[in-house]
Amino acid sequence: MRTLSILRTQAFRIVFVYVAVFALSVTALLAFTYWNTERALDAQTDQIIGAEIAGLSEQYQRLGLRGLADVVMSRSANGGPGLYLLLDRAKQPIAGNLDGMPQNINRQAGEIEFDYERRVEGNLQRRRARGRLFQLMGGFELLVAQDVHERYLTEKLFSTTLPWTVGLMLLLGLVGGGLMSFNMLRRLDGINRTAGQIIAGDFSRRVTVTGAQDEFDTLAGSLNRMLDRIERLMGGVREVTDSVAHDLRTPLTRLRNRLEDTLRHLPADSAQVGEIEAAMRETDQIITTFNALLLIAEADAGVMRGAMTRVDLAPIAGDVAEFYAPLAEENGVTLAMTPAGATWIEGNHSLIAQALANLIDNAIKYTPKGGHIAVSATMTPQGAELTVSDTGPGIPPEQRAHVIERFVRLESSRNSPGTGLGLSLVAAVARLHGAWLTLDDNRPGLRATMHFPRRAPATRPVTAPPPRQRTAA
Amino acid sequence: MRILVIEDDLEAQRYLVNGLKEAGHVVDDAADGETGLTLALSRPYDVAIVDRMLPKMDGLDVVAEMREHSNTTPVLFLSALSEVDDRVKGLKAGGDDYLTKPYAFVELLARIDALMRRRSPSSVKTRLQVGDLELDLLTRAAKRNGTAIDLQPREFRLLEYLMRHAGQVVTRTMLLESVWEYHFDPQTNVIDVHISRLRAKIDKGFELPLLHTVRGAGYMIRAHA
Repeated sequence: MRTLSILRTQAFRIVFVYVAVFALSVTALLAFTYWNTERALDAQTDQIIGAEIAGLSEQYQRLGLRGLADVVMSRSANGGPGLYLLLDRAKQPIAGNLDGMPQNINRQAGEIEFDYERRVEGNLQRRRARGRLFQLMGGFELLVAQDVHERYLTEKLFSTTLPWTVGLMLLLGLVGGGLMSFNMLRRLDGINRTAGQIIAGDFSRRVTVTGAQDEFDTLAGSLNRMLDRIERLMGGVREVTDSVAHDLRTPLTRLRNRLEDTLRHLPADSAQVGEIEAAMRETDQIITTFNALLLIAEADAGVMRGAMTRVDLAPIAGDVAEFYAPLAEENGVTLAMTPAGATWIEGNHSLIAQALANLIDNAIKYTPKGGHIAVSATMTPQGAELTVSDTGPGIPPEQRAHVIERFVRLESSRNSPGTGLGLSLVAAVARLHGAWLTLDDNRPGLRATMHFPRRAPATRPVTAPPPRQRTAA
Repeated sequence: MRILVIEDDLEAQRYLVNGLKEAGHVVDDAADGETGLTLALSRPYDVAIVDRMLPKMDGLDVVAEMREHSNTTPVLFLSALSEVDDRVKGLKAGGDDYLTKPYAFVELLARIDALMRRRSPSSVKTRLQVGDLELDLLTRAAKRNGTAIDLQPREFRLLEYLMRHAGQVVTRTMLLESVWEYHFDPQTNVIDVHISRLRAKIDKGFELPLLHTVRGAGYMIRAHA
């Protein structure tokens, strides 16, 4: 897992590409140098051979075969790098320090390379030579060559060393890249962990600055400054929410109190009773909307995180379903809880119940007589799911993301009671749990699901929820 | 009944005091925590209504201090904080009930009534009776005029709560909190549906109805019309 993630890092990819390009260019450079040197050395050898052949052919013209043989013999005897062989018409050696014509040589080619055997310090050695075959007038042949064994050995050494060199270079590069990536990954992991904790609601976390004063420290510094600013803004928002809550609750309380007071002092048959009662209902509606908005704001600010405990979704869902069953029946709709095993998550009992109540309430409101509502809590490999599905009109796919937004109500439901905050509240409760809300087609009807990821919110990976639907998380 | 009101918002205080006096209670008031605590410890009260956030001494501290001095006066917290967490904190500090502002006065009255009634020592009962309706808390059986009534577990709890508060107004919120343990407003009239089902079981076929709807407040179970 760890090694795989190193292989996937950008650092490792950069190092790998760099090492590959570097190895390729070094190989090319070495190859070119080698080729050029060899060419120069060959040219030098060929020049010597050319000069010798010119000299020897002059001897032949001046002194005839006898004279040439003498010169060849004398030159052969001095033990230098020069190699000679003079052959007669029957290809038999007349003179020279080579035992015989090397096998398989191309008589048409200019310069030829061949192997020969020579006694060096008492040992018979197979060595490499380079020379030229020269046709003399009268059917004689003269082979003049130079021993190039040293160059040959160098060349062989080079061609066997080169792959090892390149291989070693790649290996060192990969190891270096691995170490570099590991280091980078470690620093990035730190940043990711911090980000995860902040997403989970702990705004006091900051990225560690190592003091290495490298670009990671610069990044950490910038991120921390950004987080300071966000924390300040969040604090501001929370303060505003708190004061709005207080400043609105107080006059709302007084308003409601006065209405109630007035009502108490009116004779029961007064004409104003109905009016005052209507005003009180409006006030209650304002209070309900206000409370829902506040709850959403608080959920988004992660305020209620302290009240999280280990809860089993199944009995919560069962209780809420049981609570709403008579209302559903009254509306001519069946409401059933699909039996399920224990579905433990880290959560807030009251908020989950409230979110589920909102979903069921919606389902009852929109499902026509004879319809069916199913509530289920299930454990999946990804985590826990809380689902309410109905057989109502559903929500068109293009409007599903929209209805989760605050105060959005579909045109078709404009006239039924409600704040338009129901689904936003469910989505906010989901967000608070690190979960997300999806709305799907129940064919027919709506299927609303709260997905609670298996891992606790604090360690939840920073990945997007499945792209199947636009979600509210 | 003697009631102590500790509330720093003068308008809210005046309203509370007036309303309670009109309801026939004797009311003392304090505008800060310290004065409130002194009053609570020096005179006997049947109920104390304490605001959560008070100057000089926090409402939670006032109640904690009262309990420290073995003062058992039932306490109803009033608070602008509605979070479940705050409710739990209030009850942990020694509060007996918790009401979020803005509240309906009938709700407050009903809760105060319930708190005062809770104090009476006769609360440990195994049988409840209202008129000819009997509830056996041990066998979980309900009978009216000798005829057994078949109740679902939740219906039993609902009836039990109503009968424990017989003759008192019980609000929908009180039922929601006590019978279902929900601390949110379910918007629709779910409670009314549960009540009408219960009513069908206990009152149908009998001349004298026991379960009454109190307009604008809630429900009440009582033997006389």
